[in-house]
Amino acid sequence: MSSPIQLQPDETFVLNVGPQHPATHGVLRVKMEMNGEYIVNAETVIGYIHRMHEKMGENKTYPQYLMNLSRMDYLGAMGYSHGHVLVVEKASGIEVPERAEYIRAIMVELNRISSHLFWFGAFVMDLGGFSPLMYALQDREHILDMLEAVTGSRLTYCYFRFGGLYNDVDDEFVDAARRFIPRMRKSLIKYEKLVTGNIIFRKRLEGNALLSKETCRKYGATSAVARGSGINYDVRKNEPYSVYPEFDFDVPVYHEGDSLARYMVRMDEIEQSLRIIEQGLDKLPDGPIMPAKKPKLIKPPAGDYYQAVETARGNFGVRLVSDGTKIPYRLKLRSPTFSNMHLFDETCRGMMIMDALAFMGSLDLVIPEIDR
Amino acid sequence: MSLTLLNVIIAVVIAIAFAALNAAYLVWAERRGAARIQRRPGPNINGPFGLLQPPLDGIKLMAKQLIIPGGVDKILFIAAPVLAMFPAIMSFVTIPFSDTIVAKNMDVGILMIFAFASMGGMSLLFAGWSSRNKYAMMSSIRAVSQAVAYEIPMLITTITVVMIAGSMNLMEIVHQQSSSILHWNIFPLLGNSHNLLMPFSFLIFFVCTLAETNRAPFDLGEAESELVAGFHTEYGSMGFGLFFMGEYANIVIGSCMTTILFLGGWGCPFGLFPGVWWFLLKLYILIATIIWIRWTFPRTTIYGLLNLSWKILIPLSLFNLLFTAGLIKVF
Repeated sequence: MSSPIQLQPDETFVLNVGPQHPATHGVLRVKMEMNGEYIVNAETVIGYIHRMHEKMGENKTYPQYLMNLSRMDYLGAMGYSHGHVLVVEKASGIEVPERAEYIRAIMVELNRISSHLFWFGAFVMDLGGFSPLMYALQDREHILDMLEAVTGSRLTYCYFRFGGLYNDVDDEFVDAARRFIPRMRKSLIKYEKLVTGNIIFRKRLEGNALLSKETCRKYGATSAVARGSGINYDVRKNEPYSVYPEFDFDVPVYHEGDSLARYMVRMDEIEQSLRIIEQGLDKLPDGPIMPAKKPKLIKPPAGDYYQAVETARGNFGVRLVSDGTKIPYRLKLRSPTFSNMHLFDETCRGMMIMDALAFMGSLDLVIPEIDR
Repeated sequence: MSLTLLNVIIAVVIAIAFAALNAAYLVWAERRGAARIQRRPGPNINGPFGLLQPPLDGIKLMAKQLIIPGGVDKILFIAAPVLAMFPAIMSFVTIPFSDTIVAKNMDVGILMIFAFASMGGMSLLFAGWSSRNKYAMMSSIRAVSQAVAYEIPMLITTITVVMIAGSMNLMEIVHQQSSSILHWNIFPLLGNSHNLLMPFSFLIFFVCTLAETNRAPFDLGEAESELVAGFHTEYGSMGFGLFFMGEYANIVIGSCMTTILFLGGWGCPFGLFPGVWWFLLKLYILIATIIWIRWTFPRTTIYGLLNLSWKILIPLSLFNLLFTAGLIKVF
C-alpha cells in the first residue's frame, strides 16, 4: 500500500468527480481537493436526484405511498417495501398470515442476492475488470425472471400489501427457486476463483481504506461496512422481525476493516441468503396470503412507530408518526447508504484517487436511496 | 535508383495498409473476443459475423464534427492523435514478416522500432497536456511515468537478446533461431543462447509490451472508472479514432517484436506452410492472449505498476543481462 506523502495544501487543485462520472454509479458528486494523485480533502455533494419521497409520504394515503418505497433503491427494492409494510402493520395492528411472511422473507432474500450480485459486478468493474459484471448479471437475470413471474415487475416491485401480498407464489416459482440455489452456489465458487483469488484484486483491496469500529459507529454505518470492521450487527438477528427468528443463518463478520473485508462480507451474505431461501422453501406453509378480513381503510391510531429492517444496503428504518388520519403526519426514512457514504469524506483523505474510488465502490452506494 | 524508390514506396504503402487493416479489424476481434468471454454476441449485425463493423465505425467517426474545446493548445491537440498512429505505422517498415517480405531491412532495426515506440508516449503526453482537462492531465502524467518505467526493463531484455544474436538486425536475429523449434530464443537449452533464464526474459518482455501499449491490466492511462477516458477525454471524431487505432497498431508492433525476438519469427516448427503464415499465426496467438488478459484481470494501481517495474522487473532484467553476459563469456 502507498503511504500518504507530505501534503502541501498550497499546491492543490480541485477535481470535480461527478455528478456524471463512471465511478460514482449515479449522480453523486465529490469535490476532491487533490495534490497530484493524492486526495487532500473530499466533500460529497448529494441532492442531484432528490425526489421528495419523505414529503410525498406526508401527502399520500398509505396504499398510495406503497409504490414510492420501491423507487428508493432500485437494486434492493423489496427490502424497503418490507420496512414500510411492517411499520404500518405494526401501527394498525394488522395480522399477517404465516405463508405471506415466509414468502416475504424469500422474496427479500432473493432481492438481496440480486442486489449483491449487481454490486459485485459493478465493484469489479470499478477496479477495471469487465467480465465479472456480465457473469453476475446473468445470475441476477434468473432472479429477476422468477420475481417477474410472481410480482409482475423486474426492478421496482410493488408486491407487498398491508397484511399480506399481492399475488401468491406457484409451484413454478418454488421449482425455479430450488433450481436456482445450487446454480448460484456453483457461480459463487466461480467468482471465488475468478475474482477473489486474483492477485491483482487482492493487492488492491487488502489494507485499502481501513475503517475502525469507532468510525463506523460515529457515522452510523451498517451492513457490510460495519460487519467488515468487526461490528456484529444485523437487524435480522439483533432486532428480529417477520419470520427471521425461524431461520438458521449466520452473520458474516470480518475484523480487518479494509475493502476486501467488506467484499468478503457481501459474498458470504449471498451464501447466507441462499440458506434462508432454502429453509423458507422447505418450511413454506399452506394458507392464505392475505388476512381473512382485508384491511380496507388504513388509519393507524395516533402514535409514534418505528421499524428497522436489514436491506441489502444495511439498516433501513421507517419512523411513522400518525395523527389518526389516513395520511401520515410524518414518515421519516432512515436510509443506510446515507450513513455509509459519509464515511467517505473522512476516510479518503491522503489516499490516491484510484484507491479512494475502489473504497467508494466497496461502500455499495445507490444514490437515489441517499437522496430519496 | 527509381526502381528502388518505387519499391520502397510500394512497401511503405503496404505497411500502412497492413497497420491500418490490423488496427481496424483488431477492434472488431477485441469486441468479438470480449463478447465471447462475456457470453454475449458482440457486433454481429453488419455483414457476416459483423465484419463490416470497422469500416462503418470509421465512416461514422469521420462524419462526426471535430470539436476542439476552447482554451486548448490547438497545435498539440491536433498533433497528438497523428503522433499516436504515425510511429506505429513507421515501425512496420522494418519488421520482417518472412525472409523476403520486409519493406526495408535495416541493420539497426531494433533501435528504430524502440525509437518510434518512445514517440508513442509523447502523443499521450501531448494529448493530456493540451486538452486543458484535469483528468486528461493526470492520465498523461501516469502514462509518461509508466512509459519511462517500462521502457527500461524492455530495453534491457532486448539487449540480452541482442547480445546473444550479436546483431540488431531483425532478419539476422530470426535467422539464428531458424534451425528448429528448440532453437527459438524462448527455449533455454538448444538455441545459441544456452541461457536458462530465457523464458523469464520472454515473460518480462511480454509484460513490458502490455504496459508499453497501455493495455489491461496496465491501462492506467485510460482508467475509465477513475479518469473518465484518460488522455482522450476531450477527443471526438477521428481524433479519437486515431488514438484507438494507434493503440491496436502498437499492440501489433509489440507482438511482432515478441515473435521475432523470442518465438523464432517466421521459423516454422513443422514446415507445413510458408513462413509468413507461421509468423502471422504466432502474432495473432500473442494478440489473442493480450485480448484475453484484458477481459480477465482487473486493473493494477499506479504505484503497484511502478513498484512492479522498479522493484521487480528492472532488477530481474539486469540480473538476467549479467547472467547472459557471463554465459556468453563461458561458452
